[in-house]
Amino acid sequence: MEREPFQFYTRFNLSELTGLKASTAGELLALLREVPGACMYHHTHRFLQQHLFVSPEPPNDFAYWVREALGEDELAEQLASVNIIDYPTIRAVRERFIFLLEDYLGRNPAARERACRGGEEFQVIKSVSFIVPTGIFARTLAEFTAALAAVSLPVIYFHMFEARLRLEKGNNDFSNWLADSLGQTEAAEKIARIDPYTFTLDGLRAAILQIIQKTTAR
Amino acid sequence: MAHLTEYVPIVGQAVIDDLRRLGERLDGKAVQNVNSTAVGGGVAEILNRMVPLLQELGVRAGWDVIKGGEQFFGVTKKFHNALHGRAEVITRDDFDIFLDTGRKNNAALNIYGDVVFIHDPQPIMLVEKKQSNKWIWRCHVDVSHPDDGVWQFLMGFIRRYDGCVFSSPSFSRPLPIRQFLITPSIDPLSDKNRELPEETVERMIRQHGLVRDKPIITQISRFDRLKDPLGVLKVYQLVKKHIDCQLILAGGTAADDPEGLEVLAEVREQAGKDPDIHILLLPQDDLLINALQRASDVIMQKSLKEGFGLTVSEALWKGKPVVASAVGGIPLQITHKYSGLLCHSIEGAAFAVKQLLNSPAYAQQLGKNGREHVRNNFLLTRHVRDYLLLFLSMYYENDVVRL
Repeated sequence: MEREPFQFYTRFNLSELTGLKASTAGELLALLREVPGACMYHHTHRFLQQHLFVSPEPPNDFAYWVREALGEDELAEQLASVNIIDYPTIRAVRERFIFLLEDYLGRNPAARERACRGGEEFQVIKSVSFIVPTGIFARTLAEFTAALAAVSLPVIYFHMFEARLRLEKGNNDFSNWLADSLGQTEAAEKIARIDPYTFTLDGLRAAILQIIQKTTAR
Repeated sequence: MAHLTEYVPIVGQAVIDDLRRLGERLDGKAVQNVNSTAVGGGVAEILNRMVPLLQELGVRAGWDVIKGGEQFFGVTKKFHNALHGRAEVITRDDFDIFLDTGRKNNAALNIYGDVVFIHDPQPIMLVEKKQSNKWIWRCHVDVSHPDDGVWQFLMGFIRRYDGCVFSSPSFSRPLPIRQFLITPSIDPLSDKNRELPEETVERMIRQHGLVRDKPIITQISRFDRLKDPLGVLKVYQLVKKHIDCQLILAGGTAADDPEGLEVLAEVREQAGKDPDIHILLLPQDDLLINALQRASDVIMQKSLKEGFGLTVSEALWKGKPVVASAVGGIPLQITHKYSGLLCHSIEGAAFAVKQLLNSPAYAQQLGKNGREHVRNNFLLTRHVRDYLLLFLSMYYENDVVRL
């Protein structure tokens, strides 16, 4: 049977403003219930994208704002520890943030109305993604690893983060292809177990290549 | 002007390849930029660099400048101040002058763009010529707290655009059209930002009577009240009590800013005869600005309001420690205590400057972090990419677009 080649895509982000903003944790909770999924995606991935070359610690915007603008350290810690990799869809991510805010505000009703300083409101932004084929294909493991070592970081970002969560494929593209087209199930599973949110993209690339090298050398 | 390949050593080949991919997707569309001045100010500076690069990427990019007399620019300066939230008396006559000049420009200017990209309020009325093409209004001004009268007047035009662009999320509000966040950028290859040999820096500053015999604090800005040059003088005076230093206030005035000379006179009067205060009214001399920034020990941007405050990115790109007000787009460029120091007052700014002058290792680390942040987020190549995506977005409505 002809193997399906792996096609490498890259992606670009354009930030679309909504004009919506929150001054209190209560207002943030109300916004989280109604904003489009593209906003949830933006605020859980923006910091990662802006700092992906230097920082392996991507706090989400909600946690950052709650700490810096509202001074709610406990809530901020809970929001920062949401492990995005544990959730298969943006819908599920949204539900988790809503649950944490409801729970905290239920226990700390005074925090619901505590406002930030003027000018420090949480501004809701939407992420518009443009997905573009790079024209690079791989049919064999050797071609795949050679391409993976050379492609730009937004390519890695797309296949590891965006494809899994935003396009709701359930898993990252690399694991899907390695298992389905090459039968490399061990490598596929190990790559799927990585928490990509704790790596820089260069570090993530190196980790994937290392897994492939180790599992296929046996 | 620099070619795309010249940016490869700074941003990498992959970034340039990505721009070419996006340029191809625009399929030779004509993008017509319109603003109100060909020289002076950040908008003209960006367009001077942007238009040739878009052309190199296959976009038929053009740039037109509207005409306006002293009266018109006097009114648009008032609009500018009012949009920044400053109290201004704006009369019915002022609106009439704006509308009258707008009508004349509408009659005189040929519209040829598939995408018409209007910069700032001065040419906003051109949207009356809108047909089936796409129109985008680019607002470079801090409109977080605009005067309602002026904003409502402009809204009559804004609502007719297909989209608008702001430099900071805080400028956004619910609008009936799509709105995008695109931060401006600096060009690392321009005379203002390119690397300069130390001997060139030394020679250039000496030509202006400056000697590096004591620490230099510098603010590079137009002489404009919103840049708070008088506040910078007070900061310097507070620092000077404890550290023997000198101050450079350098800048020009834009063709569309009649208030500049008035502010300059006030600054000169306030400075008195202190020989360590150097006030330089510069014609457009980017190389000298570059040298002044590189010769400085601390760079300030103590604006009261900012559209974005590109001088911050310029200084950070040169690895300089910056003390700047937390207004407009400045907090996007500086993360407090990571890539610079943010302040909210004259006293706070003075404390921050003293801290940096007394702790050179800390100052150096802030500058180093700032340079990397600018490399990733505020260079011209990222700006070109965002504009290409913006033009493409006019033809798609989804949140995920497959090109």
